[in-house]
Amino acid sequence: MSAAQWRKAMNAGAQAQAWPRQRRVAVAPAAPAADSRSYATPSLPAWLRWISQRVSARHVLVMAFVLIYPWVATPFFTFQIGGQALVLGLIALSLTFLGGYGGMISLAQMTVAGIAGYMVAIFGTSSMPEISLGWPWWVVVPLAIAIATACGALIGWLSVRTEGIYTIMITLAIGVAFHYLMQQNYSLFNGWQGFQRVLTPQVLGIDWRSPIPYYYLVLFWALAGYFLVKYLVRTPFGIALQGIRDNPRRMNALGFNVIAHRVVAYAVAGLIAAVGGVLLVWYNGLITPGSVGTGWLINILIIAVLGGMRHPIGPFLGAIVFVLLQNFAIDVFDRERFNLVIGAMFLAIVLFSPDGLLGLWQRLRARLAAGDAQSRLSTPRPSRRFVKGGSQP
Amino acid sequence: MRQSKRVFVRTLVAAAVVAAFAAPAAAQQTVKIGLLATLEGPFAAGGQDGMRGAELAVKQRGGVVAGKKIEIIKASSDAKPDVAVNATRKLVEQDKVDIMVGPLSGSEGIAVKDYSKTQPNITFINGSSGAQATTLVNPSPNFFRFNTEGAQWMVGLGKAALDKGYKRVMVIAEDYAFPYSQVQGFMTEYCRLGGKVPVKAWVPLGGKDYASVIARIPKDVDALVVVLGGADAVNFLNQYEQAGGDKPIIGGSITVDQTVLNYKGKRRESLVGTLSAGPVADAYDAAEWKAFVADYKKNFPDGFPSPSLFAYVYYLNMKAALDGLAAVNGDLSDGQKKYREALSKLVLKTPTGDVHLDANRQAIGSTFITEVVKDPQGNLYNKVLRKVDGIDQMLGMKKEDFKIGSRDVPDCP
Repeated sequence: MSAAQWRKAMNAGAQAQAWPRQRRVAVAPAAPAADSRSYATPSLPAWLRWISQRVSARHVLVMAFVLIYPWVATPFFTFQIGGQALVLGLIALSLTFLGGYGGMISLAQMTVAGIAGYMVAIFGTSSMPEISLGWPWWVVVPLAIAIATACGALIGWLSVRTEGIYTIMITLAIGVAFHYLMQQNYSLFNGWQGFQRVLTPQVLGIDWRSPIPYYYLVLFWALAGYFLVKYLVRTPFGIALQGIRDNPRRMNALGFNVIAHRVVAYAVAGLIAAVGGVLLVWYNGLITPGSVGTGWLINILIIAVLGGMRHPIGPFLGAIVFVLLQNFAIDVFDRERFNLVIGAMFLAIVLFSPDGLLGLWQRLRARLAAGDAQSRLSTPRPSRRFVKGGSQP
Repeated sequence: MRQSKRVFVRTLVAAAVVAAFAAPAAAQQTVKIGLLATLEGPFAAGGQDGMRGAELAVKQRGGVVAGKKIEIIKASSDAKPDVAVNATRKLVEQDKVDIMVGPLSGSEGIAVKDYSKTQPNITFINGSSGAQATTLVNPSPNFFRFNTEGAQWMVGLGKAALDKGYKRVMVIAEDYAFPYSQVQGFMTEYCRLGGKVPVKAWVPLGGKDYASVIARIPKDVDALVVVLGGADAVNFLNQYEQAGGDKPIIGGSITVDQTVLNYKGKRRESLVGTLSAGPVADAYDAAEWKAFVADYKKNFPDGFPSPSLFAYVYYLNMKAALDGLAAVNGDLSDGQKKYREALSKLVLKTPTGDVHLDANRQAIGSTFITEVVKDPQGNLYNKVLRKVDGIDQMLGMKKEDFKIGSRDVPDCP
């Protein structure tokens, strides 16, 4: 995809994203109950109104589901499906933030996560006492995240001067170089074997490696990442970033420092990926160059694209599908050819819905809403075609 | 509303009761065995053959042990430890296997062994992984290995090399646990008998370009010890020949396996005379071995002309799993305690002689020293020079002196 095409696609995305906001205005009549209460009790108003405006039934449903999930699912589904999907989703979220809101596709997000993972193994404990320093977790984790975030920003600083396919190339090169460095350096990174037995610390008497605590730990950080991105894209910084995505030259002319905004976006993405990386190394209990190999760099891109890059929920949806496929494709197809199923599934999703699962969902909702609107004879909502037509201001 | 809710609750209770009764009844009739090998990545061909070996062991018993049906559930990894653990976890926790057989490669074995500690009621039996540390460091009480490991496979090769007059050799090996073990098995004996190893070159797994290694080969070495697997070995042999190399080669256990012997390139001819060692030898002429090979060929016409090391070792471990099951008459109750005791005491009758376990549940077995020769049809095969029996993990050293092989251990420049 050329840079111009990419920008155009993202433009359409931004426009399509705009309409749910209009819908929220339409829903406003439901709010008066909360409003009147807020007038009655002046100590409550701001936050209650805030909540009633932003939280709808499906938010509550999803939240309740993810909270109750580990109590109804087996430990396997809690840990290997739930936990793994959330971690991979968190790492892919960093790419969604960069790609969906910054217009920059970086293949090095797994590398940043891997840096955090390696730092945890090197500063913390592992099966290689000659290398691992054995520092306590509360030193190791912030340090690992800080170093990985700095590396993320550095990668950004190197690659922001490029656009589109060249960004992909340069970040891929960085990722592959890092993979080979890990594979061939023995004094610090222990080469091909990497680090085994990188155990999750026991804090407050809880073994954070066991399925339910681990699930909640990951869920907490996944939600934190999700809301961070949700919040950031509405801040002046986030709006400027989206402006830069759509038209960097115009933003530059308006006096915005394009490069600084982009580097900061990389740093934020680096932070999210770094947290994901720490959680991932705890999930696997080990880190090897294979964890940051080309396969995984691309898997993160697949997860992000599969889910859809328009909304921070996308990567998590993508990760769920990805993890389910990785685990169960072998059961539904010939055991020696099961990778075909995975590939065919990805192909089908990307072919039939260029904006991933989110696109499917939005199209479905638009169709339902159209039927709804007709039956009620209320004001018609803008269809997708209309949105597309209006995407060039 | 209330009525429907009550019906719903009743249905749930009924379903739970049915499930509770149905589950043990099903478990009594079948024993589920998880089978993990690499069907992707650098060892895909080996992994596929490993699966054949394991299936053969089940077929020989007609798929039934002690009146119970054996159900095999397969999983794949790509030789990466995290993938192997994920696949194993799925088999154990989701598919609820009773016994687990796998994985294929060294670091996968260590990771799966570590995982086995979290599942004390399941019995884990190795596939073909051959890292020494799996059973030497932090052994797990429910992880068994009925195959000898990488270092044991090379015992006897050092003496054979000296007998051929190779007094100085260079080592070219992949840079991870399994080749370290292999090199240690070779060098422990070779150095003790006076051989010298001036240079060791450790290359990354899956490397494509060996030019820099070939350039480092000293003029005064008599032979090269090449411990590379599958496609890597083929790549190296190709490039070494193109560079005009003519030094004799001493192979590791997976270097001149069927995968390489079936190679159709030019270097194929110059492989003749190559020494190697391992737990299998195609041309071993004991009747049990011949029967095993015939059985393999009959069951897998699409397989290799002769079972590879992976097929054989997976066969051994699956056979041990089934023999143990037969010994306790299929009794897996009480957290499989009886079954594990039976496995520890099992004297496994294998096509290459008896195998029994040491205190760490690691096999003590035999190694073959072989030399590549060409048969009248033009097929290459490994001719047996010698069979060494009763090799344990200490390689004839005292326990206090023993250190696990690494890049620098042992050393005799």
